[in-house]
Amino acid sequence: MSNAKAIRAPFDPSMLFKMVFLAVVAIIVVVPLLATLFGGFKSLGELRVNPFGLPRHWEWQNYADILFSARYWQLLRNSLIISTLTVALTLIVASMAAFTFAHIRFYGSSMLLSYLTLGLLFPAATAVLPLFIKVRDLGLLDTYFGVALPQTAFSLAMSVLLLRRFFKDIPYELLEAALVDGCSYIKFFRYVTLPLSRPILTTVGTITFVNSWNAYLLPLVMLNTDALYPWPLGIMVYQGEYSSEWHLILAFITLTILPTIVLFLLAQKHIVAGLTAGAVKG
Amino acid sequence: MARRTARVSAIGAAGEMVPQVSIRGPSWDGRLTVLILFLPPALLLFTLFVVLPIGEAAWYSAFNWNGFGRPTNWIGLDNYRFVPETRAFWLALRNNGLIIGVSLAIQLPLALTLALMLAERFRGAVALRMLFFMPYILAEIATGLIFSFVYDGDYGLVASIWRTFGAEPPHLLASTDTAMLAVLIVIVWKYFGFHMMLFIAALQSLDKSLVEAARIDGATPSQALRHVVIPLLYPTIRLSVFFAIVGSLQLFDLVMPLTRGGPADSSNTMVSFLYNNGISRMRVGYGSAIGVILFAICVTFAFTYKRWFMRDE
Repeated sequence: MSNAKAIRAPFDPSMLFKMVFLAVVAIIVVVPLLATLFGGFKSLGELRVNPFGLPRHWEWQNYADILFSARYWQLLRNSLIISTLTVALTLIVASMAAFTFAHIRFYGSSMLLSYLTLGLLFPAATAVLPLFIKVRDLGLLDTYFGVALPQTAFSLAMSVLLLRRFFKDIPYELLEAALVDGCSYIKFFRYVTLPLSRPILTTVGTITFVNSWNAYLLPLVMLNTDALYPWPLGIMVYQGEYSSEWHLILAFITLTILPTIVLFLLAQKHIVAGLTAGAVKG
Repeated sequence: MARRTARVSAIGAAGEMVPQVSIRGPSWDGRLTVLILFLPPALLLFTLFVVLPIGEAAWYSAFNWNGFGRPTNWIGLDNYRFVPETRAFWLALRNNGLIIGVSLAIQLPLALTLALMLAERFRGAVALRMLFFMPYILAEIATGLIFSFVYDGDYGLVASIWRTFGAEPPHLLASTDTAMLAVLIVIVWKYFGFHMMLFIAALQSLDKSLVEAARIDGATPSQALRHVVIPLLYPTIRLSVFFAIVGSLQLFDLVMPLTRGGPADSSNTMVSFLYNNGISRMRVGYGSAIGVILFAICVTFAFTYKRWFMRDE
């Protein structure tokens, strides 16, 4: 990148400063991540004397043991089930509500919308004890739904706002024409709104998925059985068991954040758009 | 919704709902169906799992209750007296203040500087943006574990650096003096990329002709930056501050793998204080009181901030 600039400005101290600055920040971001990845390939003894560098002996066994353990896959499966449930519920429930708010004028519409956006004001943690008791009384404790339903409820506010904004931009003429042709609102929603809104649905789905995939507090409170634990809970248990066998813990961390990083690389556009621009618009 | 057709109000129909019916086109029966089918699921879920628990927290907070059976031991506002009596509560509050302070004094300027550098197009700019954003999408739990390795006094990266200088490696997370500092560093590491992306998004939608006009009028690049670009970014800066404060009030997942709020409560945040004192011991009444206090702080803050700083948005 410096070559192109060098032609115009042979010596530009601010350019140099900029490059150095960016390089330093990049190193600070990358080093802990790479040390984690490579740490998983080391023996505990090597980790102690050489935490930074490439492994001298690549211990594939650390990763292999985890990849061939039922435990790792069970954690990922649990996380996947909970996240998929949350995403599906959020998309269905939020898009229906957003459609109503976008296209139907009724008394109290703006009041109900503000009511929903109250959810943006405080974190789930504030009411987590009563929430626990509610989930227990509903008989959902220690079930996937016991985590997915509250997560859906807390993701509704942002999702409805984002979807409603998008739905409102669908030309009104389209709705009018469809209605004149005898199409019902529900059919319009199903066959016009949803297909046209694939980008925003993907964005909302991705944000919800990432949040649910990474969530810790709600599953921690709602789940008691190891067999149902999603990976953030499982990895804490794992760390408790192997408290100072860092090489194994690092391999485990690497393998559990791998899906997130792959998803990020595949859907970076949606993730960035959703998490930043989405937040701005909300 | 654009009002393109003439409408008349339906008379006396459907109680509260005052539908506006177009003469041609949609009949309002279709709308009522949508209203009845599409709205309740969201309202029900939201009420059941978000709004009611807050109300119940207020109710439970008046009891001394371990969560089993029905709450019977009414103690009025005693829980609200007990909470501020503990030192840990004030430590947690101080730590939340520290997080906000670091976010404003270090994270925000860093994010803004990086955004100004990376908003321009050059080879590698997009890759760097993605790289800097990456810590933000990692789970807090994973980030916390990675850094508990980084800080580990025996195997960690910090220990290794210390040893090359021949010094005895510190156990940063085990000392009341350094634990919170260590947590603060991780917070900046994890979240600066998010704020950077906010600023990049804002910079890219900025009206570039304003900057050009300033330059034509003889402003130097730094003058144009200070007097044109930064003022245009004020809304985004206010938003970034808003997220930093809200984020600080919710911070929990990151603290657990690093310190669990310790040693001696020195690195608790409000939520980890709530967890350690209310949830993990099933002290429902006491925990609910902390929750209500946290709720009050969040709501007061959100409304005041919106009123004072974000009036136009």
